Amino acid sequence: MFGLNKKDTSLFFLVLLLVVLAPFLLNPFPEGSELAQFNAGYPDLMQRFLIFGIFAIGFNILFGLTGYLSFGHAAFLGVGSYAGVWMMKLLTMNVIPAIFMSVVFAGLFSLLVGYISLRRSGIYFSILTLAFAQMSFSLAYSVLTPITNGETGLQLALDDPRILGVSSENGAIPAANFFGIPMRESFELSMGGWLFTFNAGYYLCAVVMMIAFYVAIRIFRSPFGMMLRAVKSNQQRMNFTGLNSRPYTLAAFVISGMYAGLAGGLMVAMDPLAGAERMQWTASGEVVLMTILGGAGTLIGPVLGAGFIKYCENIFSKINDNILYDWFAALPQGLADFLVFVIHPFIGKGWHLTLGIMFMLIVIFLPGGIMEGVERIGRLFKRKSSKDENSTARPKAAPAE
Amino acid sequence: MEILRVEGVNKSFGGLRALNDVNFSVEEGTVQAIIGPNGAGKSTFLNCLIGRLVPDTGSVMFGDISLTGMKPYEINQIGISRVFQTPEIFGDLTLMENIMIPALAKRDGEFKLHAFADVGKDTEVRDKALHMLEDVGLVEKKDMVADSLSRGDKRRLELAMCLSQDPKLLLLDEPTAGMSRADTNNTIDLLKRIGDRGITKVVIEHDMHVVFSLADKVTVLAQGAIIAEGKPEDIKGDPRVQEAYLGGAHL
Repeated sequence: MFGLNKKDTSLFFLVLLLVVLAPFLLNPFPEGSELAQFNAGYPDLMQRFLIFGIFAIGFNILFGLTGYLSFGHAAFLGVGSYAGVWMMKLLTMNVIPAIFMSVVFAGLFSLLVGYISLRRSGIYFSILTLAFAQMSFSLAYSVLTPITNGETGLQLALDDPRILGVSSENGAIPAANFFGIPMRESFELSMGGWLFTFNAGYYLCAVVMMIAFYVAIRIFRSPFGMMLRAVKSNQQRMNFTGLNSRPYTLAAFVISGMYAGLAGGLMVAMDPLAGAERMQWTASGEVVLMTILGGAGTLIGPVLGAGFIKYCENIFSKINDNILYDWFAALPQGLADFLVFVIHPFIGKGWHLTLGIMFMLIVIFLPGGIMEGVERIGRLFKRKSSKDENSTARPKAAPAE
Repeated sequence: MEILRVEGVNKSFGGLRALNDVNFSVEEGTVQAIIGPNGAGKSTFLNCLIGRLVPDTGSVMFGDISLTGMKPYEINQIGISRVFQTPEIFGDLTLMENIMIPALAKRDGEFKLHAFADVGKDTEVRDKALHMLEDVGLVEKKDMVADSLSRGDKRRLELAMCLSQDPKLLLLDEPTAGMSRADTNNTIDLLKRIGDRGITKVVIEHDMHVVFSLADKVTVLAQGAIIAEGKPEDIKGDPRVQEAYLGGAHL
C-alpha cells in the first residue's frame, strides 16, 4: 500500500496504531495508585516521544545508512526552533508556517554545514560537525542575541506584529493553533480509576511523525537509500563504480538536518519558545544515543530509542527517596533503609546512571540495539513454532576459507 | 583501433621512481597482459589509469578523452571498470545489491536523487543483476551477505559487478592471486567467455599459466620501465625477460 511492500505496510500500520492509542497504552496504571508515577500518558511527555522520534528517524538516515556520525545535529533543531518562533512573532500563531519555515531554515543551514564538513570522513567529520554546533550555540548566546534573545531565550511578546494574525487577544498572547484548534486543548476521558488525555498538539505531532516515518521508509527502500548504504559499506568501491559519493552524503545530511528542523518546529508549536541550550553538544549526543540504543540503520529502532531515553529522563528522575520508602513500607526498617541506600544513586538526579548502565548493557550484549533484541526474541518464537528451520533472509555463513 | 594510449608516463614516490617513461597502447577487443616481478610498478601503472593516482608527467588517452585529472567515478562512467587485487565489494550488502549498485550507476549516472523510487520494483536492474549472477555461478547465493563468501567467490562477484556495467575496458589486477588451481581454471574459463563479448581487457598477472592462456599480447615491466612487449610465445623465450622476471631460470 502507498508504494510500500507488505512487510513495510504492516510495520507502518503497527506504528500508526501504537501512536493513535498511545494515550491508553502509556497510562496502564489507575490514577492515584502507587504505580501511577510510571504512567507516561500525559501530553507533554507523549509529544516529546514523537518529536524526538522524528529527530532520531532523521538522524538515522544519515548515521544509520551512510555511517557518517554527526555530533552537531542539535544545531539544526535549534535553528528550526528559532525560525519557528520568529514565524509566530512575525506572521501568525498558526503552527503550519512555523513548522514549514523551521524545516526550510534547518535545511539551508545543514546544506552549509554539510558542504564543509563532508570534505572529511570518520572522526574528522564528527569533530567538524561538533565544532559547527558549538559555534552556533556560542553565537546564539553572544553575537546573535538580537535574533536569539541570548540567555533568556526567544519568546513571544504582546507587541509582536503577527501580520496575518493578531498581536494580542484579550490582553494575552494568542495560543499556538492549527487553523483555530489550540495545541494545548485536551480532551480528558475518565474510565473507572483511569484518566486518559487526548491532546490536540499530540495528534498533530502524530500526523507529522507518521508522514516523516513514511518518507523514511521510502528512502530506505529507494535506489538512493541503497547508495547511502553503499557509502557506509565501501566508499572506495563506490567511487570506482562510477558513483560520486559526495552529493549522496550531502543529500542525506540535508535530509536529516531537515528532520531535525522539523522536530525543532514541532517543539515550538507545542511550546512557543526557543533557547540556545537546545543546540548544546549534550543535545547532539542524546540523538546519537537514541539511534544507537534503538538500533542504527533500522526503521523503527531510533523511535524506540528516543522513547526509551525520554521515558527514563521523565519518569526515573521523578522518583525520590520518599517514594521508595513508600514502596518498601512493608519491609523492616533496616532492610528498607538498605534498599533505599542501594537504589538511591539510580533515581532522581541519578537517572543518568540508570540510562548509562542500560546503554552499556545494550551496546555490549545487543550491538544492534533494541531492535536486535526484538529480532532475537522473534526468531526464538519462530523456531519454536516451526521446527523445520527455514534459512533466514540473510544467512551469515562463515567464509569457506 | 587503439582504445587506450599511454605516452611518456612518469610517477615518483619521493625518491623512488615507480614508473619511468612508460609508453603503452591497447587494441580494441584484445586481451593485454602486464607481467613483471614484485615492485615493478604494475599496480602503480593501473592506478594511474583509473585516476587513483595522477601521473607526474605524460598522458593517458582513452579513445580521444584524456584521463589525466579525471575523478575515478568519471573514468568509470566513460566505460573503464576495474577488478582489484583484494576484492573491493560491498561487504555488508547482499550479492543482489552488490550488482544492482553498479548497474544503477551505469543507468542513472554518478548521482541521482531517486529517493522515492522503489528499488525492489526496478525489474530492469533486478533482471540484469540476476543475469550477471547466473553468469558467474553465484545466483543461488543472491541473498547472502557478500562478506560471507569465500575469497574466490568474492572475486567472481567483483567481476560480475564490473561486467554489469558493460565496460569498454576492463582492468584486472591479479584476478587469480591466492586461488587454487581449480579456481584459477574456472576464472580463466570465465574470462575467456566474457572475452566473447568484445570487452577489451588489461590483466596484471603473476601466474604464467593464466597469462599464456588469455593474453593476445604481453608487456613486461621491470623497475618501472617496459623491457619487452610482444606475443606470449615470443616473450617466453626473451632472455631479458627471463633475466628480469625469473632471475635467469627457464620457463
